Amino acid sequence: MDTEVLDLTALEAEDSPENDRPRRQRKLSGDDLAAATLAAISGGAFAWVLRILLGQHGIMGTAIWWYIGALVVFFLIIRDRTDSEGALDKIMTTLIWSAGVLVSALLVWMLSYLVFKGIPKITASFFSEDMSKVGPLTPGGGVKHALIGTIEQVGLATIAVVPLAVLTAIYLNEIGGRLAKPARFVIDAMSGLPSIIAGLLIYTIWVTYFGFSGIAGSMALLVLMLPTVTRASEEILRTIPDSLREGALALGAPQWQLILRIVLPTAMAGLVTATILGIARAVGETAPMLLTAFGSDSTNTNPFKGPQSDLPLFVWKLIRLPNETSQARAWAGLLVLVMLVLILFVTARYISGRSQKKLGRAS
Amino acid sequence: MTAIDENHQAGLLHHEGEPATLDAVAVSAWFGSRKVLERCSLTMAARRVTALIGPSGCGKSTFLRVLNRMHEVVPGAAIAGRVELDGADIYGRTMSATEVRTRIGMVFQKPNPFPAMTIGDNVLAGLKLSRSQVAGRDDLIEECLTRAGLWTEVKDRLKEGGMSLSGGQQQRLCIARALAVRPQVLLMDEPCSALDPISTRVVEETIAAIGHDITIVIVTHNMQQAARVSDQCAFFLVETQKEPGRIVESGETKKLFDSPDDPRTLDYVTGRFG
Repeated sequence: MDTEVLDLTALEAEDSPENDRPRRQRKLSGDDLAAATLAAISGGAFAWVLRILLGQHGIMGTAIWWYIGALVVFFLIIRDRTDSEGALDKIMTTLIWSAGVLVSALLVWMLSYLVFKGIPKITASFFSEDMSKVGPLTPGGGVKHALIGTIEQVGLATIAVVPLAVLTAIYLNEIGGRLAKPARFVIDAMSGLPSIIAGLLIYTIWVTYFGFSGIAGSMALLVLMLPTVTRASEEILRTIPDSLREGALALGAPQWQLILRIVLPTAMAGLVTATILGIARAVGETAPMLLTAFGSDSTNTNPFKGPQSDLPLFVWKLIRLPNETSQARAWAGLLVLVMLVLILFVTARYISGRSQKKLGRAS
Repeated sequence: MTAIDENHQAGLLHHEGEPATLDAVAVSAWFGSRKVLERCSLTMAARRVTALIGPSGCGKSTFLRVLNRMHEVVPGAAIAGRVELDGADIYGRTMSATEVRTRIGMVFQKPNPFPAMTIGDNVLAGLKLSRSQVAGRDDLIEECLTRAGLWTEVKDRLKEGGMSLSGGQQQRLCIARALAVRPQVLLMDEPCSALDPISTRVVEETIAAIGHDITIVIVTHNMQQAARVSDQCAFFLVETQKEPGRIVESGETKKLFDSPDDPRTLDYVTGRFG
């Protein structure tokens, strides 16, 4: 009788609300941290000795030796505490983390440098003025003409690319005729095309007859965007489960209705992402634009006639000038360009994230 | 275009709602050079439920897909023999694959509602995909969902996406979607194999309820299910690995389960192999 009561209270204690708290298993223990710190210090000592012995002067070599030394010491400490299997696991984790940190650091460094150099010139007037009345040493001036050019050129190219690319992707994935294989091969080959060749092509077949213009630039961009958007669209169509196609066919749907009403609406978000990826690829192209849109200092809103500037050309032209005002404008122009690409990428991520959710629930 | 549409409509009106007998005559089927079905003949009578049973890989699903020309969707697929819907060859020149499939509907193993459509639009999908206009859509949605045993569960959420339903509900939505086209025959390819027991029971009740209105052919791995839902049965078997599947025996379900003619059927239905 008594023991039973005791057991019950013990059970209650185990079951008490205080014990019902979330407990996270920590991956990084204090011991590991201590070992890593120790390894970092001894790695530093090792690198310093080497530096003196080898007579190194730069930072790079010492940093690499420090990293290698720290890694070895870290391995030895962990192996002493556990076993070589566990130590190897820790080393691999460290290597992968370092790679990630290195790449992110590079990106952050690049972006912050760009923001640091570009931000002083970013004012309201930078977006409302062009370069037509601005001398190399005078203040003022802006990217209005280049921004208009970029939006028009990339916009026109996108309008042409989207139907072409989506139709091609439908041919490759939904219809898959005898030409699908060679078409896919050509598209893959095209995606490796150096961009200046696209410029030269349009220069030869268009600019020599009709002169420089924004639309010539759009044509060059079209050649560059087409493979990117087509292949991305094809990949998106491939993610649509065949069960949906069979379901539609079994209801008596002709193929064009199946594609129009089932495949394309289901793939819509992904196709938008594919298009934005293509735009992001095209918006920073410089070399082909030199041979097609040519660039200009004044605002030309008509993409069909006369040379037109765009953001890459704006930057390319100004960054080569020696005076500080021009350099500052070039950096600010670069910042505007990167911001444009960033906005596009964030939009793409947001849209594709939503579509993933949708498809995730489908499976 | 309009002429074709009108003919199409006339054809649909002609058969609409009327159950029909499906007759497979010496059907063989291939995937590339591999023969998977050998001269299978089976009459699936109107207003009756026919179950196709047999171990995995014996060609039941292929046979089912031959019945509404879904077999030919697979690249390299070929068939021999005839399939007649009330005497008219569905592989003949007068019938298109799309017409065959509106008259002979299909429900798949895995529920496949269209994710980009609402529940209501999913029900009407077949009509939208094959015909231009839909008259009285709300009534049709209610009728089909009621017949599929789903109406009370979803009547307040017709505007939600088809993916928001549970697996069993999705499958019943697919049945409602197939019924909305008013097929004469409904083919079901293991419709309950991805469902829990309770959903399975609801789907079986649905089959029992609609089985008197249209012709149903159901593939199932579950012997008890075949015994519960079907009026007649066909037993498929592959003798050795490389041979095509054949119909060993067919007939009334009761007879096939109680006193089959073929010893192999007896072995299978009593669970001695397969």
